[in-house]
Amino acid sequence: MSIEAREARQPWILLSPTLTVITLLLIVPVLFIVVYSFWLRTSVGDVQPGFYLDNWADTLTDRFYRDILLTTLRIAAITTVVCALMGYPAAYFIARAKSNKALLLLLLMLPFWISYIIRTMSWIYILGTNGALNTALQWLGITAEPIQMLYNETTVILGLVHFLLPFMVLNVYVSLDGVDETLEDAAGSLGATKWQSFLQVTLPLSLPGLAAGSLLCFVLGAGTYITPAVLGGPRDAMFANLVYEAIIIQLNWPLGAALSLLLLAVLGALVMIYNHFLGLGQLMKGLG
Amino acid sequence: MGWSLIRVWTLLVYLFMFLPIAVVVLLAFNANQFGSFPMTGLSLRWFDELFQNEAILRALRTSLTLGALTALISTTLGVLASLALVRYDIPFRNTISTILIAPILVPEVVLAVALLLFLQFLGIHKSFTLLLFGHVIFTLPFVILVVQARLVGIRRDVEEAAMSLGASPIQTFFTITLPLLTPAVAAGGLFAFTISFDDITDTLFWKPGGVETVPTQIFAMLRNSISPEINALGTLMILITAGLPLIGLAISRKLAMRRDRAG
Repeated sequence: MSIEAREARQPWILLSPTLTVITLLLIVPVLFIVVYSFWLRTSVGDVQPGFYLDNWADTLTDRFYRDILLTTLRIAAITTVVCALMGYPAAYFIARAKSNKALLLLLLMLPFWISYIIRTMSWIYILGTNGALNTALQWLGITAEPIQMLYNETTVILGLVHFLLPFMVLNVYVSLDGVDETLEDAAGSLGATKWQSFLQVTLPLSLPGLAAGSLLCFVLGAGTYITPAVLGGPRDAMFANLVYEAIIIQLNWPLGAALSLLLLAVLGALVMIYNHFLGLGQLMKGLG
Repeated sequence: MGWSLIRVWTLLVYLFMFLPIAVVVLLAFNANQFGSFPMTGLSLRWFDELFQNEAILRALRTSLTLGALTALISTTLGVLASLALVRYDIPFRNTISTILIAPILVPEVVLAVALLLFLQFLGIHKSFTLLLFGHVIFTLPFVILVVQARLVGIRRDVEEAAMSLGASPIQTFFTITLPLLTPAVAAGGLFAFTISFDDITDTLFWKPGGVETVPTQIFAMLRNSISPEINALGTLMILITAGLPLIGLAISRKLAMRRDRAG
């Protein structure tokens, strides 16, 4: 074999184990559940291969599923907006900080390394009946009895914001850091106020980062299962909880397959729209 | 005026991120037997009880084994794939990059369901093997991103020099590329370990009955009642998953400084 042919083969040899693993453990399984979602679970619990539309009819027409899907999307949207409002100024501060920038960035990475379940659980100690806030309120004499603050939609959103905020700050920071600071000075020297030059120069230039952070917050928030299970009440189930119910508790796998594909379709459509307008490259900047 | 407002805001955002976690760590040392406020004194008794608790120790062993094996496999695959992407001019580069990071783009629940049902269909039931396969697939893209970023920084001409002096590509890889690559490999491995060690959503779908990892153990304990042992376990987890990368960072800084001085 010629040297050129060997050179050309080398990268494929290096890539083949990874491509095989991703094909066998991700692509084929997702295609498989597409087929599986048309199979039927019989009354005795067996799964009957074939082409039945029952699971999809349930998934798409049942009011219960539709309501939970809408709730899930609403919670994800509110979470994303709160993350953006809280995270943008912080990212701006880090990007423009003269000192302690490395420390601020290191601290920003820290939550990614701290367990999600611990971060979620920690709110029980803040808001629970024996939590820090109730203890403080009673100690100050503002309330006599502990107030029930946990296990509602607001605490689910709070938990999600706590989980997703670092993704937002990091993505906005990455794009703000790439904006030349002298542009703002230039706008200023042309007569713009600080606020005007921010609105007309810096903010538009940082929109790709804001969009990347928002996409991550929304997609991760809408797919979450743990936060509503720990911080939500019985009526605060989100879509992923439904999938878990169907697969693990009811063992109705074909229905679970259809439900999870619906979630994939909705969130996948968002990723596609994002990719069409902005490209996934921006997303990778923040992740890498 | 505006700037100091942003400064205060940022401070509040950081407090929001870290105060709840600090409370967990603080309560782990609380002598009070309910694991909540008020603090009645400092004590290590919950750590002591942690190491007496068979279920927790089993979960810890499972998590450590799973994390280590995941890191080993993901890093091996990830380094090879990254080399191909950074070192060679390959056709369809963008398509391949997208495929490689696809596991990040698929919601966790969907990946969990797809892999579970597919492997069940093939006769591979819920088992440690299924957990390991699953953990490899969702850590792999992160390893590739980290290793690729490091790899770009390694200059090609050092390798070319070795080859022009007669080293074979394989010799060059083991004597030149791999030693230069060590920080990237370590970072990738650490990252894979941390993600695997922390994962709960996918693991809840894949774990066989009776097998718990540390996060699923905490989740199960939360369902019963808040016990102070959870705080101690949480603190231990924070030490493992945040402590390891911090140590890694410190070591790589030291190495970089030594290299700078040597060069």
